[in-house]
Amino acid sequence: MSHVLAGLGWTGRYLWAGWAGLAGIFCFLAVWQAGHEIYGSFILPSPAETAAAIDALAARPDFWTILSQSAGRALSGFALAAVTGTAAGLVAGYSFAAMRLMKPVVTVMLGVPPIGWIVLALIWFGSSGGTAVMTVVIASAPLSFAGALEGVAKRDRQLDIMAQSFGASWAYRLRTITLPHVLSYLFPAWTTTAGSAWKVTVMAELLSNSGGIGGELATARALFDIPLVTAWLAITVILALATDYGVLHVVREAAERWRSAGLPWGVKR
Amino acid sequence: MRQSPALTFSRVGHAFLGRSLFEDFDLAIGKGEAVALLGPSGSGKTTLLQIAAGIVEPVKGRVLRGYRRQAVVFQEPRLLPWMTLTDNIAYGLAARGEGKAARRRTAERLALSVGLEEADFTKYPAELSGGMRQRANVARALAVDPDMLFLDEPFSATDVGLRRHLQDLLIAAARSRGFSVLLVTHDLAEAVRVADRIAVLSGRDGRIAASRALAGRPGERSERAIFEQVEAWSRDPVFGELFSATERAR
Repeated sequence: MSHVLAGLGWTGRYLWAGWAGLAGIFCFLAVWQAGHEIYGSFILPSPAETAAAIDALAARPDFWTILSQSAGRALSGFALAAVTGTAAGLVAGYSFAAMRLMKPVVTVMLGVPPIGWIVLALIWFGSSGGTAVMTVVIASAPLSFAGALEGVAKRDRQLDIMAQSFGASWAYRLRTITLPHVLSYLFPAWTTTAGSAWKVTVMAELLSNSGGIGGELATARALFDIPLVTAWLAITVILALATDYGVLHVVREAAERWRSAGLPWGVKR
Repeated sequence: MRQSPALTFSRVGHAFLGRSLFEDFDLAIGKGEAVALLGPSGSGKTTLLQIAAGIVEPVKGRVLRGYRRQAVVFQEPRLLPWMTLTDNIAYGLAARGEGKAARRRTAERLALSVGLEEADFTKYPAELSGGMRQRANVARALAVDPDMLFLDEPFSATDVGLRRHLQDLLIAAARSRGFSVLLVTHDLAEAVRVADRIAVLSGRDGRIAASRALAGRPGERSERAIFEQVEAWSRDPVFGELFSATERAR
């Protein structure tokens, strides 16, 4: 019973915290509307016109196919980047030699702008989804790498010693001590990565003419259909927000419930 | 036939950043015996305990272990902040692969025995008071059913009432289970209360300056006898170094 109540309390707090986020979004919509009233529909369609364009798009038979195409690329790129970046960061955190070896590679990956990788990926993969996935992985993996590296380096050695004194194996210490600690460094990295995964995917699709939302944006631009452009952009933002608040934040709140434990009411976040 | 000791330090030496902490340290702890290792601040008591527990490898000498299973009660509770109280108490059991139901039963029984309540079982360390965390620290060590218990100044940050309660609890557990104890402390009264024998680590050369057996058994000594013993030893020059205000200069 106490578990059910705790779960309900947590869900309530999470939903309540959404009001602040919604207020921010409405402020943004107000600024957007003001911009529209100054510059007119051709330069900046209003939020209402954009919503109407989204409504029309949703009625198209291929709408969900387009979305799932981009979503598949963005999310598989994000997952690949999170897994490889985190694994490499963990190895580098434990091994000084590995860290010295990997850090320059990561600097190179961060230093080359995503547009540069797109050009290379276009040559390697052509107009396929591989271009978008590869660009997302290269642009995002260094963030997970840095988060995991920092997390391992700053783990509490005293807890490690405690575990050693009880004969805990290396793998068990990694699972119960290092990983829960590293998670608090990974979530901010993953939140940033998830957002950029959508942006980079759309950019790569647009430049490589490989369908998806980017392909639709290219068509809308060619037709000078500005409400359609803002509609696809709004859809991309909604998808990025859904990934962040609908998935990552929920997982984070569940995994790090212990953080808010012990705090008095009113200072939970 | 004489029983082999539970723990033997044989000519153990250790250095930290090129500076020698102690050399040729010898000490044997019998099975079921409680030894208190006293020494001035900075004399290397905690390092010796960590060497004994296999956490630190000594630079020279060796440690012979004649026990099956060890547990350490640390000065700070060192509870995992992301685990609930019972999961923390069961940590040692989980580390050696004991089943979930069995370890939960053991953890709950021990939590109650150290004075924690059922309502605390699912709480995280951040929701517990300092005293409750220290109780959990003791329960976690007892949960693995050790035959050698290392205590690293475990009660130095607790109030008098809790300190007495936890000391009595450990004395009772040591008597009923028959485990050996190595207690590192700078509190002479605590050593006299808990130990069978006291070894004083010299702050000058890192060797045992004195080893004294205590009359009677822990838990059976009267408060008066404890304070008289502390009073007598505090006038002894060998113990005088323990009460010096200055740390060992190295």
